[in-house]
Amino acid sequence: MTHASVTHTSMGLDSRKMAFWAFIGSECLLFGSLISTYLVYKGKSVVGPYPHDILNIPFTSVSTFDLLMSSLMMVLALAAVQRGDMRWAKVWLFMTALLGMFFLGGQVYEFTSFVHEGLTLQRNLFGATFFVLTGTHGAHVTVGVLWLLTLWVRALQGKLGPANAMTVEITGLYWHFVDVVWIVIFTVVYLIQ
Amino acid sequence: MTHAAVHAQPAAPPAPRGWTSWLTTTDHKRIGLLYFWTAFAFFLVGGVEALLIRLQLAQPNGHVVSAETYNQLFTMHGTTMVFLALMPLSASFFNYIVPLQIGARDVAFPRLNAFSYWVFLLGGLFLNASWLVGPLFHAGRWNVAPDAGWFGYANLTERQFSPGPNIDFWVLGLQILGISSLAAGFNFIVTILNLRAPGLKMMRLPTFSWMTLVTQFLIITAFPVITVGLVFLMFDRFFGTHFYLPQAGGTPILWQHLFWLFGHPEVYILILPAMGIVSEVLPTFARKPLFGYVVVVYSGILIGFMGWGVWSHHMFSVGLGPVADSVFGATTMLIAVPTGVKIFNWIATLWGGDIRPTAALHFAVGFIAMFIIGGLSGVSHASPPADLQQTDTYYVVAHIHYVLFGGTIQGLFAGIYYWWPKMTGRLLDERLGKWHFWLQFVGLNLAFFPMHFIGLLGMPRRIYTYAPELGVSTLNLVSTVGAFLIAAALLVFLVNVARTRRSGARAPNDPWGGATLEWSIPSPPPVYNFSVIPTVESRMPRWRTEHHAPMADPPAVPPAPIHVPAGSRWPLVAALGLPILALAPLTHTLWLAFAGAAVLLFGIYRWAFEPFEV
Amino acid sequence: MAEARQAAGGAHPSVGTYLRVAAVLVILTVLEVGVFYVPAFHPVLVPALVVLSAAKFSLVVLFYMHLKTDSRFFAFLFGAPLLLAAAVLVALLFLFFGALTLRGAAGTGMA
Repeated sequence: MTHASVTHTSMGLDSRKMAFWAFIGSECLLFGSLISTYLVYKGKSVVGPYPHDILNIPFTSVSTFDLLMSSLMMVLALAAVQRGDMRWAKVWLFMTALLGMFFLGGQVYEFTSFVHEGLTLQRNLFGATFFVLTGTHGAHVTVGVLWLLTLWVRALQGKLGPANAMTVEITGLYWHFVDVVWIVIFTVVYLIQ
Repeated sequence: MTHAAVHAQPAAPPAPRGWTSWLTTTDHKRIGLLYFWTAFAFFLVGGVEALLIRLQLAQPNGHVVSAETYNQLFTMHGTTMVFLALMPLSASFFNYIVPLQIGARDVAFPRLNAFSYWVFLLGGLFLNASWLVGPLFHAGRWNVAPDAGWFGYANLTERQFSPGPNIDFWVLGLQILGISSLAAGFNFIVTILNLRAPGLKMMRLPTFSWMTLVTQFLIITAFPVITVGLVFLMFDRFFGTHFYLPQAGGTPILWQHLFWLFGHPEVYILILPAMGIVSEVLPTFARKPLFGYVVVVYSGILIGFMGWGVWSHHMFSVGLGPVADSVFGATTMLIAVPTGVKIFNWIATLWGGDIRPTAALHFAVGFIAMFIIGGLSGVSHASPPADLQQTDTYYVVAHIHYVLFGGTIQGLFAGIYYWWPKMTGRLLDERLGKWHFWLQFVGLNLAFFPMHFIGLLGMPRRIYTYAPELGVSTLNLVSTVGAFLIAAALLVFLVNVARTRRSGARAPNDPWGGATLEWSIPSPPPVYNFSVIPTVESRMPRWRTEHHAPMADPPAVPPAPIHVPAGSRWPLVAALGLPILALAPLTHTLWLAFAGAAVLLFGIYRWAFEPFEV
Repeated sequence: MAEARQAAGGAHPSVGTYLRVAAVLVILTVLEVGVFYVPAFHPVLVPALVVLSAAKFSLVVLFYMHLKTDSRFFAFLFGAPLLLAAAVLVALLFLFFGALTLRGAAGTGMA
């Protein structure tokens, strides 16, 4: 797919990249509203379990580390695509997706163990705000994993190359943004109790 | 590219044939027309809802409709007018006119543009289906339309107090519509910033395109907030959470904050495009440049920013406390400044001009006058103590309708009369246009001015009837007469449209002597818009100014073949996934969620991998 | 011209930079967890964590998302809504907890 190449645009910027940054700006308001609600309802739950009862910092630290490393994989994938090294591009794209899947697995494990310990969506405000905030983030990660795997399959089919570097870069923007949101969530939800 | 030496006349791209070509169109002009007709139809639906409301209120102790139906009527009137009429009518001009004004062949993402339209149509149909599908929900009545006001305050909207499907339609319908607006927002931001013709610097951009740009930024920042608010409500209603419920420590006030954080920018989303239209129409029919273009542009931007700082003025009666009330009172009064500035600029534009009193100009001047009245009642709302008397009364209804009907609708009609020739190739009849204007102008003032008094005399909003002792019976009757006069005015407009459709005068490229690029090409434009993309050297390219000769219009025939995309079916397919997805919670049927997601994903994948050259 | 550089993506940081940033991110995360677990830091827990996470946020955004080397307009597209979200968050905190509430105004709320 060709788009207005940068030399033909009024600002000299790629239209898809511009659209994507606008989208990321919009997502700041989405996650901002979710995080604001979490903070505004902090300490307001009438019954437990409360955050200090249930949040597992060591486990979540590993998840955080996993997502940070996946961002590294992503940026290495982009660098590989840009220099035409599709062999390594495939490796890094898959690794990014794999680390994303580990993250999701960790979330699933965390959610189910919380439910076991009595924290459900319906139980209290902590449950509601926690699951909706982290669930929305997890849904974003899921979309990202699907997106990455799609790119990986395209690469396997030989249909991805340096000409598609912008597509990979935009994928990266999405993935890094999802990572950055997690950085905020990790601090606000897990570390600042 | 092939050269003119080989072809005497390059073949024009084949015109799309048949009604199915409308389903796959990615042409911004066709999408603009689709938005227009769909939005106008919903405008009429919202108008009928208003007429029923006014019939019910024409007399005290009215019994035209039941209380429950009345609640549905005012809810759907507001929701329809805001989301299905005013916003999409503005969008029809964003779509049709903005690419022409910036000298582009289309928007940045034509398929995304089509997707926005189809999602809008499907969302509007989904929402309005609630009027008819009561039996499917064992409701004992036909109509199960949303009934908790267009702003859906919790906890009335919670399952406990609204057990039926009504609010589900509202929540799900609005989520669908939000996606349409967001997608269009990203599209137009990139289009306006990145697809301008050579020489078209930002400070040479027509004011309508500028206001459109500011509006899109408001959309992409405000809609996510209501998305979150609606998600919380959805979770409360479907999954048993307590986001807005006090018994679990929550508060309904959170809904109000989230809603109005969206809702206030939303009213600027509703007014800025109309202000942009007025800023185009006045100079054309005064044969004078817009006075203080730079100030008009910057005040629009300032309104956009400041609009984020006033939301709790919708909550003065909720008990936020004196400090909060004072802060928001102050910010609200401040925002009157950039707004007021524009009024002076418009008046100065007309002053000393060579006025041609076309129908479009009538509506533009009407906008200014009515918006001043609406702005004055608005400023009176800015004072918390005054607002405590006004809020939740008909005084607010007066304000809303002066700014949105007297303002936005008149502004949109100014745009309709102004750009109709460009969009349809026919001129509307000017005499009928002026009849429309005057009938509507008298009608709107009869309908809405009494509401200032009705409200201050103590009639609350959202009540299905009132007692004769309140002393507002005559005023209500006058208001109802006004509403029907508006309806008559709209009939005149429809007659005008019908009559001129086939036999109206054919429009030349430039029936009005306009200054901006859209007037340099045929009416309606060829599918590729500009045979040669012009180079722009001034703010008013088609006018002679002190420093510039008027531009040469693009040649009638393109010197080289111009590629035009063939269209795509995938935006429609992807769009279909959304109402299917929405049906899942509505009908408590899980597999529909998977089906909807599958259709959406399938559509997106085919769209992503389809060869499509802009 | 800048456009060609951007089209080629040649202005982006090197792989070495990416690896160094990753190392710093790991260290910052370790520090964050450390602040959480070491009681001596608890008086400054919130500001310390805010600073550390802001540093991580900035590193990812500036280097992995290339905002440092790309057009400043992208930084505006991201930064303005981000600032707006932050301002809304702070306003809501004040409205629910702080000086803007009746409780706060009466002087019995949180400082």
